[in-house]
Amino acid sequence: MSRAEDTMQIANVSRRGLLKGLAGASALLLAARWDPALAGEQAQFGAGAMPGGWVDDPNVFIQIASDGVVTIVNNRSEMGQGIRTSLVMVGADELGADWEQVRVHQADGDQDKYGNQNTDGSRSMRHWYDPMRRAAAAARLMLEQAAAKEWDVPVHEVETRVHKIVHKSSGKELGFGALAEAASQLEVPGRNALVLKADSELRFIGKESGLVNGELDSAPPKAIDGRDIVTGQAVFGADIDLDDTLYAVIARPPVYGAKVKSFDDSEALKVRGVEKVMPIEGAQQPAGFNPLGGVAVVASNTWAAMEGRKALKIDWDNGPADDNATYTTDTYRKSLEKAAESPGKVVRENGGDVDAALESADKRVSATYYMPHMAQAPMEPPVATVRIRDGKAEAWAPVQNPRATRDGIADRLGMDRSEVTVHVTLLGGGFGRKSKPDFVTEAAIVAEAFEGRPVKLQWSREDDIHHSYFHAVTVDRMDAGLDADGKATAWRHRTLSPSIGSLFAPDPKHLQEFEQGMGLNTMPFDIPAIRLENPPAPAHVRIGWFRAVYNLPHAWAIQSFAHELAEAAGKDHRDYVLDLLGPDRKIGNLTVGDGWNYGEDPDKYPIDIARMRRVIERATDEAGWGRETDKGRGLGLAFHHSFVSYAAIVFDVEVDDEGQLTIHRADIAFDCGPQANPERLRSQLEGACVMGIGIAMQNEVTFEDGVAQQGNFDTYLIPRMPDAPKVLRVHLIDNPGDAMGGAGEPGLPPVAPALCNAIHAATGKRIRRLPVGDQLSG
Amino acid sequence: MISLTINGQKHDMYVPEDMPLLWVLRDVIGMKGTKFGCGISQCGACTVHMDGEAIRSCATPVSEATGEIETIEAMADDGVGRNVQQAWLDLGVAQCGYCQTGQIMTATALLKKTPKPETQEIVDAMAGNLCRCGTYNRILAAIEKAADMEVSQ
Repeated sequence: MSRAEDTMQIANVSRRGLLKGLAGASALLLAARWDPALAGEQAQFGAGAMPGGWVDDPNVFIQIASDGVVTIVNNRSEMGQGIRTSLVMVGADELGADWEQVRVHQADGDQDKYGNQNTDGSRSMRHWYDPMRRAAAAARLMLEQAAAKEWDVPVHEVETRVHKIVHKSSGKELGFGALAEAASQLEVPGRNALVLKADSELRFIGKESGLVNGELDSAPPKAIDGRDIVTGQAVFGADIDLDDTLYAVIARPPVYGAKVKSFDDSEALKVRGVEKVMPIEGAQQPAGFNPLGGVAVVASNTWAAMEGRKALKIDWDNGPADDNATYTTDTYRKSLEKAAESPGKVVRENGGDVDAALESADKRVSATYYMPHMAQAPMEPPVATVRIRDGKAEAWAPVQNPRATRDGIADRLGMDRSEVTVHVTLLGGGFGRKSKPDFVTEAAIVAEAFEGRPVKLQWSREDDIHHSYFHAVTVDRMDAGLDADGKATAWRHRTLSPSIGSLFAPDPKHLQEFEQGMGLNTMPFDIPAIRLENPPAPAHVRIGWFRAVYNLPHAWAIQSFAHELAEAAGKDHRDYVLDLLGPDRKIGNLTVGDGWNYGEDPDKYPIDIARMRRVIERATDEAGWGRETDKGRGLGLAFHHSFVSYAAIVFDVEVDDEGQLTIHRADIAFDCGPQANPERLRSQLEGACVMGIGIAMQNEVTFEDGVAQQGNFDTYLIPRMPDAPKVLRVHLIDNPGDAMGGAGEPGLPPVAPALCNAIHAATGKRIRRLPVGDQLSG
Repeated sequence: MISLTINGQKHDMYVPEDMPLLWVLRDVIGMKGTKFGCGISQCGACTVHMDGEAIRSCATPVSEATGEIETIEAMADDGVGRNVQQAWLDLGVAQCGYCQTGQIMTATALLKKTPKPETQEIVDAMAGNLCRCGTYNRILAAIEKAADMEVSQ
């Protein structure tokens, strides 16, 4: 049996079925009652405000077999952030389990059962840490109660040691496995009966392990899929292997919104292995998560399908595409730059008279910054397998949003959601691309034509880059006035970029609240006159989430401009921005016109200037800020608050006479409040640094007449090993007292501006247009 | 008929001569450890060994795969490959993990030829393998660690 079938079988049996299937060898925790979260507990902020909310029922998340094996359910998608390890680690620690006896089971897409599963927004740990600890604490208490009953002693006399319960005075002990059956007969205790472990009792949570800034710590890192990954046994979406599978690819319209006018499949059908060619009806604009349409080629293997597609002759009708067929990014950039000359919709004002302050300033500084379209380009291109049988759909897919995947298939095929099963595989990278399940719906459409047969729908790299949900192109026009001391007295920021809102509704042409909340309105500088404006910018391609989303351009423009102000003032960059941040204070998001705050409670998650200051000081101190550098070498700083966490980075770079960049070192300081798994936090920040170097130096998708001009890694460049910093250090701020923040995204926004600021320090060259590309040569 | 030797085992099959080795491995034989990333030898996710050389299976027609092919599935039985895998685990290299089998194949081929590489030799050898998660610093450290490990057969 292949691994995929193995996975499928486990996913298909009920808990009781698993008990029976193992012939009574296992006893699972099957509790009588666990109240769903009360309405009052499912609140307006945080996990409780998400669709499906949170769930902390131990029956849902924790199973203990009579042989002692503990299986913990992971309800979030694993795309490299390490959540399968980290969330399971949290549960195992609270439970008191021996890590060697812990297994993970990946939840199918079912938000009614598992709570919210939409894996984006850097939310997995910050929303699921508490529910997972409660679920595990409840299971532990039940094991303790079962042991106390067995020994006929009061429960307070027993305690949990690693994978066993002991009676202190008599020295009796029973393992988790031996107690599982008896524990399963008990009622689940109420939440108010739970006592979570004290920090001093924790063995895994918050503990460093693995490689810490070049030093190998004694404890190895926990990586629940590590062995499978390095031996090639891990099952990604592409690796689902079901009997009788057909393989499909789709030729999609090159222009967003275009349709198939006619096609000739006579040559395609001659390709050996091709079984069928079929048109796929595309969605109307705005497309949302619906497929783009086109012509599908179905074959006996992936390569035959790709060869068949090459042989298709298709006439496209750009008629329904509005003016998307004339979209050329170079022209578009110029039109945004022109629009940036005029006032736009005001999205934040602090009462100061910006125009007067700009007029009366001793010095005026202006700059316009550009960030291009980018494709997420996860190493595993979109891929999905779907089988339709007896009116039901079953999908195996690497998706960040299993609920949207279910709904996409159900809506398109006219099924009830309950008839659609989504098995979530490992994701070979996500970065926002796999939040959009258009590719799974495509597989379902093709599979419907082959009742009972699995269809694997594979995207090529060209498909992936041509038909991304692109990161928005952005022009940011900045104007500031400085007083005689160089202190900023006026700050005017006009930002123009197409909105993700254009994907779901008639193009709003303005940033939505959550888009403004990503580092635009939440700009923390203490300046007497601030006005933020958002002139209109239409969308001509699918615009979508890319890791850190609108924080990328906002941080890039604001952090570059702050450096320009320091330079104009003749001040040290660090000193200047620390002064510009003003006194330590906690800024409520509503006071800066942001009603979103990443969905979090403003009281728990204010913008905390002291925390911002601390990451800046830590990164600059670690980097040796202020030290003398040789000619052609320099240090650059940037910082940013996003996903309710704080990040600062300093680059030490060198640019030679030919314009060749060498990154000697990066020092990243990061404060996300409490740390569940510092080892994976480090890996996220290291990865964000490298990805951010790509955003600064290389990433760009351009369009000519509506058609993407890059298609593969020979033209859409991403960082390679020689592009990485020679030394990459992460400094985690010890801050258990604040509420937990995100980790997957907040490391990314400050990277590009810090690198460009460092390039300026090294060369005097100011980068205002990304990517840097060949701007350093000549 | 095409005959391939993969991980010491002979496979006979009827497939088009120009079908890339990658798709033969994945779709015909069903060995999924070798990954598709680009199809044009740009990313290295599909790296396998032929007669000890790291090659890109996505751009190798099956008719040209006449040597001894080794894939990630055989690396646990290879002294150097096993060390590389262990170093990857010790240093927590992988994030999503999708590119890592190709990275390990390239690293193993390097260490078989050059057991104690200089840092620059590692960087040069690995430049053809992309990792979108950005794990390069740990890959480099892991290769240096693997080079320090004793090779047992």
